[in-house]
Amino acid sequence: MNPVMKFIHKTGSPAYFYWLSGRMIPWLWAIFAVLTIWGMYQAFFVAPTDYQQGESYRIIYIHVPAAWMSMMIYILMAIFGAIGLIWRIRIAEIFAVSSAPIGAAFALIALITGSIWGKPTWGTYWVWDARLTSQLVLFFLYLGVMGLHSAIDEPRKAARAAALLALVGVVNLPIIHFSVDWWNTLHQGTTVKIGGGSKMPNSMLIPLLVMAIATKFYYGAALLTRARNRLLDQDRRRGWVAKKIKEDQL
Amino acid sequence: MSAFISLLKRDLLLAVRSRAEVLQPLFFLLVVVSLFPLGLGPGPALLARIAAGVIWIAALLASTLSLDGLFRADFDDGSLEQFLTSGHSLSLLVLAKIIAHWLTTGLPIVLFSPLLAVWLNLPREALPVLVKSLLLGTPVFSLIGAIGAALTVGLRQGGQLLALLIFPLLIPVLILATGAVSAATDNIGSSAYLLWMAAYAVLMLTLAPFACAASLRISLS
Repeated sequence: MNPVMKFIHKTGSPAYFYWLSGRMIPWLWAIFAVLTIWGMYQAFFVAPTDYQQGESYRIIYIHVPAAWMSMMIYILMAIFGAIGLIWRIRIAEIFAVSSAPIGAAFALIALITGSIWGKPTWGTYWVWDARLTSQLVLFFLYLGVMGLHSAIDEPRKAARAAALLALVGVVNLPIIHFSVDWWNTLHQGTTVKIGGGSKMPNSMLIPLLVMAIATKFYYGAALLTRARNRLLDQDRRRGWVAKKIKEDQL
Repeated sequence: MSAFISLLKRDLLLAVRSRAEVLQPLFFLLVVVSLFPLGLGPGPALLARIAAGVIWIAALLASTLSLDGLFRADFDDGSLEQFLTSGHSLSLLVLAKIIAHWLTTGLPIVLFSPLLAVWLNLPREALPVLVKSLLLGTPVFSLIGAIGAALTVGLRQGGQLLALLIFPLLIPVLILATGAVSAATDNIGSSAYLLWMAAYAVLMLTLAPFACAASLRISLS
C-alpha cells in the first residue's frame, strides 16, 4: 500500500481521527483567534480610509473572506464527497456533510454584509448584480445539499446522496457563474489579483489577506468539531466510543 | 440496446394509456401562464416584454411537477431493483426513461408554446427563437431533473425538495433562453445564446445519465 493511501486509511479510522482532531482543534481555534483579533484591529483602526467609499468599505474585511470561503468550501465539499463516494471512506463523507452548514453560513454572511455595503454605495440593499446573484445561487445550492441530507434518515445513505448532489453542483457551478455574469453586471471589477498586482495599498491588503487566512482556520476548527460530534453520534453503539467515555470519566 | 428500446416503448405506452400523465403538465402550464395577465394586468406591451420569462418559468414548474413521479412507480413496484440487477447498463436504462419523459412532457410544451406566445403577445419574429430555445432547453430539464428525482425517490417530502435541488442548477438554461428571446425581439442575433444552450444540452446528455444512475444506486442501497 502506498504511503498516501496508508495515511488516508489510518486517519480514517474513527478512534484515531477522534484522538487526532481532539489535539488539533484547540490550536486551530487559537490561531484563528489571534489572526482575527490582529486582522480586525488593523482593519478598523489602522487601514486608511478609502477616498471614494469612505469608512463603509471596511466591511470588505468580513465580506470578501466570507465570499471566498463560501466558494472554497463548496469545492472542498465536492472533493470530500468524491473521496467518500469513490473509496467509501466514512470520514470523508462526514467531512462533506459537515462542510455544508459552515459554507452556507459563510455564503449568508457574504450576502448580508454585501447588502449592508450596498446601501451607502449603491443606494439600495439589494441589486440583482451578477456577483450577488451568483452568491445567492451558491447559497441555494448549499440549502439543497443540506435539505437532501436531512431528508434521508439513514446516515451513510444521506451522506452519499448529499455528496453526489455536491458533485453535480460543482460541475454546474462554473456554468451558473458564467451565465449569471453574462446576464447582468454592475459590480466593481476584481480588485485583488494574485500575481497580477493588486489595486490596493498594502496597509489595506494585508489585513484582508490575514482575515482570509483566519477564516480558513475557523473552517478547520468548525469542521473538525462538527465531524467529531457526527462521528460520536453515528458510532454511539460502537466499542471505541464506550471506551472513550470510560477513559474521560476517569 | 434492446433493453433500452423496450424500456422506452414501455414508458411511452404507459404514458399514452394513462393520458392524465401527458395532459396534466400541459393543463398546469396553461393555468400558470393565464395567471400572469390576470395578476399583472392585460397591457399588451407589458405582456410582450415578460412573455418569454413567463412561458419559461411555467415550463420549468410543469416539468418539475411531472419529474417528481419519474421513478416513483418503478420504485414502488420494484422495477427499479430489477433494472439494477438485470446486468444491463443502468445509465442506458435511465436514459431511456429520461427520453420517454421528455417525449411525454417536454415535447408537448414545445408544441404548445406558440399558443402561449399568442396569449402573451410575444412579437411574431421572436416566436421561432422561443420554440428553438424550448426545444434545446426542455431536454436539460428532463436530464438534470432526473438526477434530482433519482436522489429523492422514496422520500416523503419529495416534490418540494426536488424543486430546491434542481432549480438552482437550471438557472443557466433560464438565463440563456430568455436572453435568446429578448435578443430576437430586439432584432439582434440570438444564435450565440442558442449555441450555448445546445452545448449545455449536449454536456448534460453526456453526464446526467451517469450521475442519475449513481443516484439511483444510492437511493436503492
